[in-house]
Amino acid sequence: MSAVRVLVGTRKGAFILTADGKRERWDVSGPHFPGWEIYHMKGSPADPDRLYASQSSGWFGQVIQRSNDGGATWAAVGNQFTYDGPTGTHLWYDGTPHPWEFARVWHLEPSLTDPDTVYAGVEDAGLFRSTDGGQTWQELPALRMHESSGAWAPGAGGMCLHTIVQDPREPGRLFVAISAAGAFRSDDAGETWRPVNRGLHSKEIPNPTAEVGHCVHRIAMHPSRPNVLFMQKHWDVMRSDDAGESWLEVSGNLPSDFGFPIDVHAHEPETIYVVPIKSDSEHYPPEGMLRMYRSRTGGNEWEALTKGLPQKDCYVNVLRDAMAVDSLDSCGVYFGTTGGQVYASANAGDSWAPIVRDLPPVLSVEVQTLP
Amino acid sequence: MIRVVLPLHLARLAQSEREVRLDVTGQATQRSLLDALEARYPALRGTIRDHVTQERRSLVRFFACEQDLSHEPPDAPLPEAVATGTEPFMVVGAMAGG
Repeated sequence: MSAVRVLVGTRKGAFILTADGKRERWDVSGPHFPGWEIYHMKGSPADPDRLYASQSSGWFGQVIQRSNDGGATWAAVGNQFTYDGPTGTHLWYDGTPHPWEFARVWHLEPSLTDPDTVYAGVEDAGLFRSTDGGQTWQELPALRMHESSGAWAPGAGGMCLHTIVQDPREPGRLFVAISAAGAFRSDDAGETWRPVNRGLHSKEIPNPTAEVGHCVHRIAMHPSRPNVLFMQKHWDVMRSDDAGESWLEVSGNLPSDFGFPIDVHAHEPETIYVVPIKSDSEHYPPEGMLRMYRSRTGGNEWEALTKGLPQKDCYVNVLRDAMAVDSLDSCGVYFGTTGGQVYASANAGDSWAPIVRDLPPVLSVEVQTLP
Repeated sequence: MIRVVLPLHLARLAQSEREVRLDVTGQATQRSLLDALEARYPALRGTIRDHVTQERRSLVRFFACEQDLSHEPPDAPLPEAVATGTEPFMVVGAMAGG
């Protein structure tokens, strides 16, 4: 019988939630790495027993953990993230040049085909790759050395590379997103990059349609249609039908088009999910009502999904990496909140129930669908 | 033999006891002690001092013999009581919230 494994990263450790295909009864394992921030955990699509976790702390820095048995046991692997070549400067909050400094790994993206190959998106923004299961890391420096990088500036959370999307049909094609620089695409496995932000409009920057400087929060792709991308930007939900060459706003009737995560239904490439947040300073749901919004038309027309979610006095946030879908039938949807709840829907969002209610603030949620 | 007391999080990471005992070759200094510690527990590399610059991480402190040795040069001799194992060398996470 199929099963699901939900990998939850929190401010104070990692948790692994497992259930059979009914997704009704859950086992909770954790905290793993107690006391450490777990920005992200993700399993290899090529070997579901191979997991990677980004573990960090303000005291002791960055650690990468690897499991070869689905999270039963872990071992620390390589944690040296050294930028390749001169680091240069980006803009600081006050507009002055600031040298690139490694802070942490925000996102780990295992290769679609090789369990030993994994990408790491880091703060200050850079893309690293390991081809030996995380033992050693090499930067793909062309991104950081892009001619525009001197003008990149951090968002409120730091200048992080938080999104890495691999094109399953063109192995050399990668998309990344950086706050607050924007989206970038490589067609040659990271050797060269170009911004793909045409159509974005950000009134928070001097030139709202500039080539770079946009605070992209998340990009999602359905593997069956890799040229179609969905984006939750600082403000605005966007869509591209040409692999990022151009973007159109599809915020439609959302109560707020500010938010962090965005994801795509496992079996319906035009069904997408967002969690509207009131504003860039009020990071909680509008009207204190936690509502997932679903569009079955690829955007513009949205319906509120509320059954089982708190509809009063709810003031949590859902961070950019804290939503995921499984590939069972029907599609399961999961998200975690800064209030420590992880909600699951086994029916594509029609109804929800908490798996856990009282974890530390949730930073990331990933799901593995197991045979 | 030098005794080193690790903070709980690093002892867990190293899968060691809180106090570990190290044989340090040559003069006992912060550098030679940390070299020996990292050689025995590779998972600790980068968590106490930077991989490249070898500088102490800013929220890590070194205490021994009721003194703060954090700002001592890395090649300065450690106190005799530490070098002989009478007193432990303590790696401490700085007092800070979080």
